[in-house]
Amino acid sequence: MRLEPRPSSSGAAKILWPAGAILATVVFSSVLVMIAGASPFTVFWLVIKGAAGSQFALLETLTRATPLIFTGLAVAVAFRAKLWNIGAEAQLYLGAVMTVVIGTGAVTLPSAGLIPLIMIAAMLTGALTLLGPAILKTKFGVDEVVTTLLLNFIVLLFVSMLLEGPLKDPMGMGWPQSKRVIADAQLPRLIKGKRLHFGFILAIASAIVVWVIMKKTTLGYEMRAVGHNAEAARFAGIPVNRVIAKTALLSGGLAALAGFSEVAGLKGNLTLDLSPGYGYTGIVVAMLAMLNPLGVIAAAIFVAGIFVGADAMSRSANVPSYIAEVMVATSLLTMVAAIMLMRYRVRWR
Amino acid sequence: MNAAQGSEAETVLRLSGITKRFGTLVANDAISLSLKRGEVVALLGENGAGKTTLMNILFGHYTADEGEIEVFGKPLPAGDPNAALGAGIGMVHQHFTLADQMTVLENIVLGTQSLWSLNLGKSRARAKIRQLATDYGLEVDPDRMITELSVGERQRVEILKALYREARILILDEPTAVLTPMETEALFATLQKLVAAGLSVIFISHKLGEVQSVSDRVVVLRGGKLAGERMTSEATRRELAELMVGGQLPVNEIGPSTPRDVLFELRSVSTPSMGGAALRQISMQLRGGEITGLAGISGNGQAALAALIAGTLEAREGEIVVHGAPAGRWSPRAALDRGLGRIPEDRHATGMIGDMSVAENVISEAYRSPRFSRFGFLDWKAAAAFADDIIKAYDVKCPSADARVRLLSGGNMQKLILGRALDGDPDIILASQPTRGLDVGAVAYVHARLIEARDRGAAVLLISEDLDEIQTLSDRILVIHRGRLSKPSLRGERSVMELGELMAGHGVEEGADHAA
Repeated sequence: MRLEPRPSSSGAAKILWPAGAILATVVFSSVLVMIAGASPFTVFWLVIKGAAGSQFALLETLTRATPLIFTGLAVAVAFRAKLWNIGAEAQLYLGAVMTVVIGTGAVTLPSAGLIPLIMIAAMLTGALTLLGPAILKTKFGVDEVVTTLLLNFIVLLFVSMLLEGPLKDPMGMGWPQSKRVIADAQLPRLIKGKRLHFGFILAIASAIVVWVIMKKTTLGYEMRAVGHNAEAARFAGIPVNRVIAKTALLSGGLAALAGFSEVAGLKGNLTLDLSPGYGYTGIVVAMLAMLNPLGVIAAAIFVAGIFVGADAMSRSANVPSYIAEVMVATSLLTMVAAIMLMRYRVRWR
Repeated sequence: MNAAQGSEAETVLRLSGITKRFGTLVANDAISLSLKRGEVVALLGENGAGKTTLMNILFGHYTADEGEIEVFGKPLPAGDPNAALGAGIGMVHQHFTLADQMTVLENIVLGTQSLWSLNLGKSRARAKIRQLATDYGLEVDPDRMITELSVGERQRVEILKALYREARILILDEPTAVLTPMETEALFATLQKLVAAGLSVIFISHKLGEVQSVSDRVVVLRGGKLAGERMTSEATRRELAELMVGGQLPVNEIGPSTPRDVLFELRSVSTPSMGGAALRQISMQLRGGEITGLAGISGNGQAALAALIAGTLEAREGEIVVHGAPAGRWSPRAALDRGLGRIPEDRHATGMIGDMSVAENVISEAYRSPRFSRFGFLDWKAAAAFADDIIKAYDVKCPSADARVRLLSGGNMQKLILGRALDGDPDIILASQPTRGLDVGAVAYVHARLIEARDRGAAVLLISEDLDEIQTLSDRILVIHRGRLSKPSLRGERSVMELGELMAGHGVEEGADHAA
């Protein structure tokens, strides 16, 4: 078996291959659903209904999509420059830590000042978290996949330590959780009495900003050049190491916004289950979006819909909601395969 | 070489009507070819003419869409390399296929024995190799490691490998590309002995001189089709060239040079290695109005020298002097800021970013200048306009400035690189293997542009492994061997053989201390 590059991929191929990937995911999941003893048609109908069948369902899906847009953008930006940031989870948590450090009363300002301050501080924290691995990569050739991945566990333990120690809420009846952020540090809800919050707007705005950066600015140009061919970029005088460092700052900052928006917009405080793996799911989101910042919005809503819909489905059908994890994981694999098949033709001999 | 064999000689190989398509591209279009016993047939054609595809079909790496192959009168099953080997066809690839960490002997017997035999039968194999080596002038010590061998010796191992397997038909793909002139002579002598012993040879090349001195018959391919077939003794060089190109051959006139000031200088510079030899305390001067040619066999430090000047390899010691002033910290950016135009050795890996567009590629050295960006935002209109200018001025064949560079042919990619490097008339130009892999038309074009730059007063350094190219273009010639430079010689001062001696390392070490 051999791979031959395709001369170019048409517009139709760019839609059909990803669509095929999603279809393959559905087929594969159907088999599992049948093994679980349910009808795939019923189950998928319930998933769709649970994700978008009512105003409540739809708002819930968008709420769940918010952190995924941030982490998806973080991954998309980094992967574009071939900086393999697997550590969005760590950056998310440290962004959340910074949010509760500043937002629980340490600084008192009107919300118009406090929220931007927290946002910037959280972004800086996440940015610096990824800068370390980026410098290790450029200076010493340390593989950032390893460093960023392992940093996730270190950070989670660190947060656990904080929540048992300095950040522990004295009124929390002994639970490992932080104090709640003060009212001025909270992001407003978009609709009164519903969970969807201002973080969603921030996420959409971030996607647009990232899109502009990638398309229109010298930085975006540099990042794409370095990602496509670092050697040629270096030859042309593009400061490759500096570009990788800037990419790391941007990516880490975006991931940290996920943590900020979850704490300040939704949960109100920091716990160890703030993120059910949003950092990792961000990788799926970015791949499904083929690293396009605007595509990340759609991909994040799609993935969030599967999770929310599967939760609803598992309540009425007797299929565990883990099917959502399986579907998301499968969609990553089929998508990677589809992207490859879009660029290369397989020849058997 | 041999007298024409006449019709009584047995036909050992017959290709009839071979057609091979890759998508819409017809790589081989109904090509027929025959080879007689004791004959050397040269397969002549430019890059992309279909030579390699044809040989890959013969050797079973590809399956032809149409056509048949007959070896010694028997049809050859398609798509099976073992069948070709078994039928007595041996191939020496341009890029050798030897296991570096094994001895010559082990490489030669590799694959000829059953996996289960405990005894390699080394002494019998060794005796057979020695015999073949003395018979055909292929001296190599069977017990040396491949890593210790020179390129010429490795090629001998490849030929021995084929002979050891009783090959009666030998295919050599661009065998002289990596050889010194002396090694080339030795190879030709070997081929003579092989055909005298009744073997037949297909010799793939795009160099006319070689083809004329080694072959009995020439088959010319152009654009996947058979362009013509001539007895070597009856064909003129011009005729063959025109068959190959399909029209009049472009000729570049190069007038006498008018040397000016030294614009660029290296003063006892040493570097780390870059895959080949490292530079050891080399000094050189490039004068305005001159093309300085750097000859040498691949891997002797050309890559390090090119990378050093381009700014991608840092010197360990020594000084770079530009326009009479020490350059200080050197980098690609510094080189560009000092007005260097650079053409890298590898278009695909270093020169262009294949997955980005023509416009994105042509601005890669200047995207930060006010011409293309403001406040960190790129001016894509200016970039597209610049790309269109280069496309027009350098005659680049591409669909538009938005086309991905990957889709361009090598020649068009090289024209884009030329356009980018020569924009703003740089007065120091580094051209590293600028014509490697290009067809004759594109080569002539690149040469013309380099001559033009020299005539307007630029200092050009031409690094090439093609001695003909060096001799045609260079006003001054340097030879590099194991990271050291020879004394420079003026145009015509040294003969091919003298340059060959230097390339093989005779006299370079002594000359190094007072070079340039």
